[in-house]
Amino acid sequence: MFNATTGTILAVITLNMEEVSGGAPIFFAGDEEKQEKMARYLSKMLDATVHDLENGTLVIVRH
Amino acid sequence: MAALPPIFALQSGYVTLRTDKSRILGFVIFQGVRGLSHYYPDYLAVILIGVLAGTAARIILLRIDYRQYPGYPHGYLTHTALGLIASALGAVAVPALLKPDFVAVTFLTLAAQQFREIRNMERQTLESLEKTELVKRGLDYIEGIARTFEARNYLVMGTSLITALAAQFGGVPAAVFAAFLMLYASYYFMSGEIIGDICDVVPARLSFDGSILKIDEIGLINIGLKSMRDKILQDGLAVMIKPKNSNARATIHDIGQRTAIAFTAAVFLGTKKDVDLPEFTPLARKNPDTGEVGLYIVPVHKDIEKLIAAVKLTPVLESARSKPLNAGPSIKSVEDKVM
Repeated sequence: MFNATTGTILAVITLNMEEVSGGAPIFFAGDEEKQEKMARYLSKMLDATVHDLENGTLVIVRH
Repeated sequence: MAALPPIFALQSGYVTLRTDKSRILGFVIFQGVRGLSHYYPDYLAVILIGVLAGTAARIILLRIDYRQYPGYPHGYLTHTALGLIASALGAVAVPALLKPDFVAVTFLTLAAQQFREIRNMERQTLESLEKTELVKRGLDYIEGIARTFEARNYLVMGTSLITALAAQFGGVPAAVFAAFLMLYASYYFMSGEIIGDICDVVPARLSFDGSILKIDEIGLINIGLKSMRDKILQDGLAVMIKPKNSNARATIHDIGQRTAIAFTAAVFLGTKKDVDLPEFTPLARKNPDTGEVGLYIVPVHKDIEKLIAAVKLTPVLESARSKPLNAGPSIKSVEDKVM
């Protein structure tokens, strides 16, 4: 954790696949509840923060 | 016979019967004893008084350190020992100057080298601890602490030098007076300014604007998880740090200073942050329009009074200190050149 680069998007969890594309792993969630759960699990695995883009997409970023 | 000192001559007639050789030997022994009983105890007393005052100063300054620096037991011992050496250097300078042995005084330059080492030692210790620190102290704070530790040894050396001088020329009462004066001066000069001197600290309200965590009108961080938002609103605390003037505004504008404030708050109140809970990192962010700084923390002890006290007690870092208001004359001269 201590040597990891900061400010990188590690994962994207979205309800709307049309809004996202690109380099980071993208997870598709069926509804908000599942999205929240996936985001929480991923943030625990990656020791990173969940941010909300408020367009149905959550990103996980290491600070 | 006339060359011999009066006391020696008074010691009855048999002295005159001695051979030249024994007279010389007697004279040498007499001078030696006189030297021992007169000069050495004097110098010894002067040095001891100086060393005592200097070491006392170091111990008193170590006590003040406690707020800013975790007082590791071995750290205490190390710094007391180094303080003893510093005060010995200061005290020995007096007899060396009086003797006069000016070459001996040059060893004081060794002291400067020695104390730079202390600065490095402190910096390295704190920097290596910083890596595993959940709430960072910040490089500015570390540098400030390291510099303070170096400077304190110079204060110790000064204390022992002045006290030794007073002991040499004014005897014990003067030495005691000088020691107390210097101890008070050290205490006064090293206490330094705190945030409470330059800023007002008032309780503030945490709220969410969508997913953005806000302290009053300052946006801090985007929190994505709803459960985390509820937890923060329930357990979080916030204060607003309002600078009293532009000097203070410039000081808390400094990132290092803000990191130091967040660190002190986390030390006093504890923090719920963990490796996998980066959302609970204490944050200090500025309102760009007013220069006020909002501090957010999720503490273990939710006590707003204690948080205000912690923020107020944070030392103003040397590197952050800035006085744009006092820049009048120097700026004027530059303006005159440019305009």
